[in-house]
Amino acid sequence: MSTREKVGWGIGGLVIIVYCLFPVAWIVSLSFKSSDDIANGQFLPTVFSGANYEQILVGDAAGLFLPALVNSFGICLIATFVSCLLSMFAAYAIARLDFPGKKLILSTALAVAIFPVISIVTPLFNLWRQIGLYNTWPGLIIPYLSLTLPISIWTLSAFFREIPWEMEQAAQVDGATPWQAFRKVIVPLAAPGVFTTAIIAFFLAWNDFVYGISLTSTEAARPVPAALGLFSGASQFESPNGPIAAAAVIVTIPVVLLVLLFQRRIVAGLTNGAVKG
Amino acid sequence: MTTTVERTEAVAPVSSTSDKSRAERRLGWYLAGPAFAVMLLVTAYPIVQAVFDSLFDYRLTDPQNSAFVGLGNYGVILTDSVWWTSFGVTVLITVVTVAVELVLGFALALVMLNALRGLRPVLRTVILIPYAVITVVSAFAWQFAFSVDSGFVNAWFSFLGTTADTDWFGTQGSSLFVICLAEIWKTTPFISLLLLAGLAQVPDVLQEAAKVDGATWWQRMRRVTLPNMKAAIMVAVLFRTLDAFRVFDSVFVMTAGANNTETVSFLAYRQTIERVEIGLGSAVSVLLFLSVVLISVLFIKGFKVDLSQARGE
Repeated sequence: MSTREKVGWGIGGLVIIVYCLFPVAWIVSLSFKSSDDIANGQFLPTVFSGANYEQILVGDAAGLFLPALVNSFGICLIATFVSCLLSMFAAYAIARLDFPGKKLILSTALAVAIFPVISIVTPLFNLWRQIGLYNTWPGLIIPYLSLTLPISIWTLSAFFREIPWEMEQAAQVDGATPWQAFRKVIVPLAAPGVFTTAIIAFFLAWNDFVYGISLTSTEAARPVPAALGLFSGASQFESPNGPIAAAAVIVTIPVVLLVLLFQRRIVAGLTNGAVKG
Repeated sequence: MTTTVERTEAVAPVSSTSDKSRAERRLGWYLAGPAFAVMLLVTAYPIVQAVFDSLFDYRLTDPQNSAFVGLGNYGVILTDSVWWTSFGVTVLITVVTVAVELVLGFALALVMLNALRGLRPVLRTVILIPYAVITVVSAFAWQFAFSVDSGFVNAWFSFLGTTADTDWFGTQGSSLFVICLAEIWKTTPFISLLLLAGLAQVPDVLQEAAKVDGATWWQRMRRVTLPNMKAAIMVAVLFRTLDAFRVFDSVFVMTAGANNTETVSFLAYRQTIERVEIGLGSAVSVLLFLSVVLISVLFIKGFKVDLSQARGE
């Protein structure tokens, strides 16, 4: 590559960085604006103010935001855990065993992944009201599996296919018990795949809005995105934009941390299941 | 990796093959069955229920007067301009976003492929941020940037004729413009990662050979790179098209369907959850589902998208 080309691609790289970070920087900047500053028409606040964070963490809006944060974490972690557990068994069978219906399971996962969420909401809204699951944690965890399970099966099957399973037998030939072979050889090889799958599944659950807003009605189960969507400010005279921005920053922190820590794995997980020659 | 399976089969003694394979089949379904059952339970059951509900004139506030109307709800919807407006808006958003994302995503993938070694991990990290940010947060960020009471866009682009009172959410066209921007920002990184994986598969030998033969950059792109990653492109487009067709979050946050910006998903939501018209809402949901199925069939049959490629087989 010539120097000119290098500089060109380097500038392209900088453009990507600005593209990806600009809207995030904007919402962070907005979250630090005081209520006088919100309408100043500028990107940055004139004075940095923590008032918006105060309002959602200890002030008037805390009663809306904090329970929603707890709901989101609880519901998403449980849904992620359940789908990882189920898909671990399924992916093991798909990667290692020969049985009819393998294709059927993978095709079903694909079909579920492209299923329009709102089509599931309509009947569930009615059913959940009848059987008492409306506005409860299980009432969200169950439909969340439709988001997390297909991608988990796909990603994990792709990971499990690449594990050199012969090593398990090799270890047993060398005198390890089946349990030892599994624990010392297979678990360390499979763990990164399971972990990556869990992160991607968690992203999907954390991102949900349709289920959250349709199947809950109070703080008992409402997750953060739904709470954000319905938040209308402390009073009708005050713009809710500042507190919403602060809440948006807080819910973005966990996913950004996951991205920063596990970037390489997430990219592998996202593309592994989707494109492979 | 089917090779592993074939190898174990070949090793097994011939006499016990049928026993062994029967046990293997049973074990396979024991292990994969629960996941399969849960998937059916959370999607197949609701859609069957939705089809059933859609045949009734049924409102939650008035359950006594529920009556079988056959395909009546579908007749009501398909002759109503509200449906066709939301259908048109959804198709418009889908076509615009997917087209822009494909071009932009390809450009991003090229930059990531060619950027300096030191810059690559940084790019792959930042590119994941829009993907990981919640759609609702992205929608708020873009809405606040353009809004009259908290935005900076009107001030920044005054040279293009915007004033402090330019209301981006006051007309259908400008609202859809901002909605599309937010959608594009959020989902282009995913497409670019899929395309990058596809780009990495194009054999370097072919590129070199074309270079030696004197092909220009553009010729190499059109004749070597693109044909070799056609499968990756089609898979990315199919996934994004189906995803874009379900657009809901951004519309809910930014306009709540005002000024004819309602999408099909939003229409289904409004009928079911807000107006508790279970019958009509279910019919809209079923129509949305059928649209998604139709798009998939068109892609798979029409464009010959090979999904076994997507399955990693």
